[in-house]
Amino acid sequence: MSEPAARPKLEIRDLSIHYGTKTAVKNLNLAIAEREVLALIGPSGCGKSTFLRCLNRMNELIPAARQDGHVLLDGQDINARGVDVVELRRRVGMVFQKSNPFPKSIFENVAYGLRVAGLNDKAELALRVEASLQHAALWDEVKDRLGESALSLSGGQQQRLCIARALAVEPEVVLMDEPASALDPLSTAKIEELMHELKARYTIVIVTHNMQQAARVSDQTAFFYMGELIEVGATAQIFTNPGVKRTEDYVTGKFG
Amino acid sequence: MSSSSVIQQLPLSARRPASSPRVRHFKEKAIAVAITAVAFSGIAALLLIVIFVGREALPLFFDAEVAKEASLGKLFLPQQLRVGKPAGFMWQPVGEVPKLSMIPLLLGSLKVTVVAMVVAVPVAVAAALFTAEFAPRRAREVLKPVIELLASIPSVVLGFFALMTLASWAQGSLGLTSRLNALVAGLAMAIAIVPVVFTVAEDALTAVPRSYREASLALGATRWETAWRVVLPAAAPGVLAACVLGFGRAIGETMIVLMASGNAAIVSPSLTDSTRTMSATIAAEMGEVVFGGAHWSVLFFIGVQLFAITLVLNLLAASFVRRAVRRLGGTS
Repeated sequence: MSEPAARPKLEIRDLSIHYGTKTAVKNLNLAIAEREVLALIGPSGCGKSTFLRCLNRMNELIPAARQDGHVLLDGQDINARGVDVVELRRRVGMVFQKSNPFPKSIFENVAYGLRVAGLNDKAELALRVEASLQHAALWDEVKDRLGESALSLSGGQQQRLCIARALAVEPEVVLMDEPASALDPLSTAKIEELMHELKARYTIVIVTHNMQQAARVSDQTAFFYMGELIEVGATAQIFTNPGVKRTEDYVTGKFG
Repeated sequence: MSSSSVIQQLPLSARRPASSPRVRHFKEKAIAVAITAVAFSGIAALLLIVIFVGREALPLFFDAEVAKEASLGKLFLPQQLRVGKPAGFMWQPVGEVPKLSMIPLLLGSLKVTVVAMVVAVPVAVAAALFTAEFAPRRAREVLKPVIELLASIPSVVLGFFALMTLASWAQGSLGLTSRLNALVAGLAMAIAIVPVVFTVAEDALTAVPRSYREASLALGATRWETAWRVVLPAAAPGVLAACVLGFGRAIGETMIVLMASGNAAIVSPSLTDSTRTMSATIAAEMGEVVFGGAHWSVLFFIGVQLFAITLVLNLLAASFVRRAVRRLGGTS
């Protein structure tokens, strides 16, 4: 188990999230260290995506969602009054389950976050776009067709483009909601390989339904069940020697 | 449980007597033919209208008698109107020498339509953007039906409103000499086309996938940046279609311009001079024209032109949309 950092990058205290009368996340306490990959696993509807989306306040877009408790980023409550949600989302980027490039050119997709952040210098933009695409291991495949539509890329390329787009604004934390669930094994392998490299610079929280994927890419694994965090620990330990019977049943495929 | 197993479980006596495969095949065929016929009857009706209108305009080109009064040159080129005066354009269809220039009418339609579009499109698109992107759900539920209700105001009522209220207001505040003019008619027409443009544009904006909005917001864009830079461009083909629909409505709209434009067929670039549109000319003169004469043919020819303008614009918009969609990767 990795040593916990002096101060966790993200700290979740007594977090509960409700949709109307339904409770999606119950009394969650969790700390995520800097430059760590945390995998969230658990059966469908267990609240892991809801939890993920509260880390950059995306749940605010759902009118019925309500939230208690605290989420601290570098010790600061992200839901506190005076915290700019736009600024927060620049620091905490997100990659979605279904790749969702804009119907714009490949270049403009990656440049979008930079443009809305106020960067308009052409040379600087080109530089940052190239760096992000390199970083997402997509540059060699698209460098000659940056002006083409992003929708002309294959599914795996689109998802890596979305990762490049998220990385372009240089976030500190990257949230990934089942980023490889709609991809073929080859593209999945590329994305997983990518995550290994991203770990050096970013804190990553990834939701996945794929046990092997969680085992391959993450340092820590958290098991959710019915909106509750059942167990969290080093990935190796969760998969080989879990402390809770239900975790063992899930990771060995007895239910899911 | 699939439906076939339900049928299997029925006692044989409860099933319908099976028709022979040939009878069944014939029945299928007959239904398909009937549906196809209904679908094509709409196109046939349109085609017949075009043929009928076009046929009445044909003498302009083929009847020497008619062409003498109204050749294409006389319709579109400047004519010597009076001895010793410079050549000009004039619409004065009844007289010793009928003057049948299209130019004043084309200009009139253009002026009124441009005023209407310039006023209505920004208002309608902005309203659609607000309704689709920013309005709370409660407000949206009120806004959309209310704006769409505007479309159900009869145009004669709008014309009356323009004639009585709008014209007086414009005259009072701008100090105009002609009470009824292109500006007043255009403004009244804008009221008529706002709901048309709004409805179609709002649908196009609402149809933009939520995933685009989420991606944009997650990248640190504000709601306004998301609406302006992602949602509106993604909905551009639909918004353009809305504008074309609005234009079609505007150029063909008759009652409002008949009542509010002043109906003076003069060539003037000023928006505050009285003007006369193509559609209003057909409506005003068709009732008392000499059957089969040059004037009669010209009125039908105006109809052909209106149809052609709308058609060309639709084709242009369609090709623009097709190119835009291809550029964006052919999702639709």
